[in-house]
Amino acid sequence: MSSSHTDLSKRHSEKPVFSAEKMAEVQVLFAQYPEGKSKSAIIRVLHMAEEEFGGWLSIETMDYVAEVFNIQPIEVYEVATFYTMFNLEPTGKYVFEVCRTGPCMLLGSDSIIDYIGTKLDIKVGETSADGMFTLKTSECLGACGYAPMLQCGKKYHEHLTKERVDEIITAYRAGQTPN
Amino acid sequence: MGRRLLLEHDNVAGIETFDVYRKNGGYRSVEKALKSMSPELVLEEVQKSGLRGRGGAGFPTGMKWSFLAKPEGVPRYLLCNADESEPGTFKDRYLMEKIPHLLIEGMIVSSFALGANQSYIYIRGEYMWILDILEKAIAEAYDKGFLGKNILGSGFDHDLSVAPGGGAYICGEETALIESLEGKRGNPRMKPPFPAVKGLYGCPTVVNNVESIAAVVPIINDGGEEYAKIGLGKSTGTKLISACGNLVRPGVYEIEMGITVEEFIYGDDYCRGIANGKKLKACVPGGSSVPILPHYLVTKTAAGEDRLMTYESLADGGFASGSMLGSGGFIVFDEDQCIVRNTWNFARFYAHESCGQCSPCREGTGWMEKVLHRLEHGQGNLRDIDLLAEINKKIEGNTICPLGDAAAWPVAAAIRHFRDEFEWHVNEREESQKRNYGLIREPQSIA
Ligand SMILES: Cc1cc2nc3c(=O)[nH]c(=O)nc-3n(C[C@H](O)[C@H](O)[C@H](O)COP(=O)(O)O)c2cc1C
Ligand code: SF4
Ligand code: FES
Repeated sequence: MSSSHTDLSKRHSEKPVFSAEKMAEVQVLFAQYPEGKSKSAIIRVLHMAEEEFGGWLSIETMDYVAEVFNIQPIEVYEVATFYTMFNLEPTGKYVFEVCRTGPCMLLGSDSIIDYIGTKLDIKVGETSADGMFTLKTSECLGACGYAPMLQCGKKYHEHLTKERVDEIITAYRAGQTPN
Repeated sequence: MGRRLLLEHDNVAGIETFDVYRKNGGYRSVEKALKSMSPELVLEEVQKSGLRGRGGAGFPTGMKWSFLAKPEGVPRYLLCNADESEPGTFKDRYLMEKIPHLLIEGMIVSSFALGANQSYIYIRGEYMWILDILEKAIAEAYDKGFLGKNILGSGFDHDLSVAPGGGAYICGEETALIESLEGKRGNPRMKPPFPAVKGLYGCPTVVNNVESIAAVVPIINDGGEEYAKIGLGKSTGTKLISACGNLVRPGVYEIEMGITVEEFIYGDDYCRGIANGKKLKACVPGGSSVPILPHYLVTKTAAGEDRLMTYESLADGGFASGSMLGSGGFIVFDEDQCIVRNTWNFARFYAHESCGQCSPCREGTGWMEKVLHRLEHGQGNLRDIDLLAEINKKIEGNTICPLGDAAAWPVAAAIRHFRDEFEWHVNEREESQKRNYGLIREPQSIA
């Protein structure tokens, strides 16, 4: 598991707090588990928190999640640092996770990664100067038959070509979700 | 094309909705089981069917269910493993995306057989949009009285929900999955105790793959014996195969077990051959963890017999000249692919995904990745090839969970069959950076 370290200089200026609506969703999740076992919902709630509070998990966000679960902050850090989907640092508005594993590599994922990097003038792990895009690589995302591919948020973009990448970037820049 | 028991209706418009699914025969197995069968009888049918776990290990599902401890007054759980992260595998995704109610139906009947009043589908976090599809379908099933209290007046109560992971291959291992579902880091547990005795929240638990659970539906509808008539020997029924790599038509296929590998790769109903008119170089038939086969061992066994799409035939020849059906992730390499590069790529995957609990796995996967990186980039030496074998031996059998072995075996297999290509990367350093090795020659004697 790749370890990530949170840069403590980056913080949320205000304390993150779920809206009443989100809190109600959390209660529904708690009710899916037996009495006293609500911690089972923590990964799901961390995904929610990430989405609500700027696309990453700051120390403040994790401390707040600990409050929601009534557990020690360390228990939240332990979970958040284990799972690769959680961003422990701020990212661009859109994060491209390009699959780099074998089956995608056979179909040219390396050149797609290079192409995106060149086009956005960033290396893997970096965010474009305009703050719009972060380029990451990921391990197999279960789309091997539709390779090469990238994930952005909930969306899978498959059968990538350079032209497709151009279209996708243009659409996101224009505030649309490419199909 | 053979019979399709799971994906028969995958192209029916609206099949993801309850109404269309029901019109196409959906939820019949729930009616049958809950109204006219006992849990023991359902178990018996699953045993008769010969169904083997579709998650990779191929353990008989009926037998696994029969091991479930049933202490008085303690809840039991069924967990569906929808973590699907083995490179090359994307079949569970297809099933859940297209026909979510089939999985839900299977969960209800299986839970009835196991006496589980609560079950969970643990799905990899990256499949978040499928989680939405499943939750929508689950809400419909509650609404129609197929989930919740006293289902169809049978007195059986059942609740089902979905939980996402957060990006970790290891959470597909059943005890890591349980840890993760308890809201912890996904570190596998020592066995024993087995989940059948102490699983989720310390209670007896069965973990089954998505496809295994879905297969229970046709087994109950048609009877275990009917199911067992399809297939060959101990490979009964149909199997979802996700085919990828350099194929004309990659994708998810439901096959009757027992068709030949030749037909699967080249047949019109299936993958239609190697893309761009190239030749087949190698195949990893069951996900990244299984041994790679060189072209001359893909469609024929070492004994010269046709290789079939069954657990037994794919494993024919053992580690010397066989592989495994595994998860059904069927990866095909054409003549232009570099085996050293791919072996390094997979080693990097395992190094990235090792949970780090056991030092042989944590350190060993890291070392294998480094050494293979060196070889692939023309900076290795011949001793490195033997070094890989040594690291392998240190990992094998010395770890808590099978990820260590899963990382070691593919490297061993690649070196066994493609040693010439590895050596070429050392002996022809510069050349190896400019072009690929091409096809490997068939040795005079195999095995
Ligand atoms: C490292 C590792 C990863 C695994 N990943 C998966 C997976 O993604 N999906 C799955 O069904 N089984 C996976 N398994 C197998 C499970 O541990 C378990 O055997 C399986 O879910 C049992 O279901 P089945 O009997 O229906 O096949 C994995 C095992 C290991 C060791
Ligand atoms: S073998 Fe590897 S993945 Fe499995 S428990 Fe040990 S360190 Fe973790
Ligand atoms: S290898 Fe890229 S999605 Fe599986």
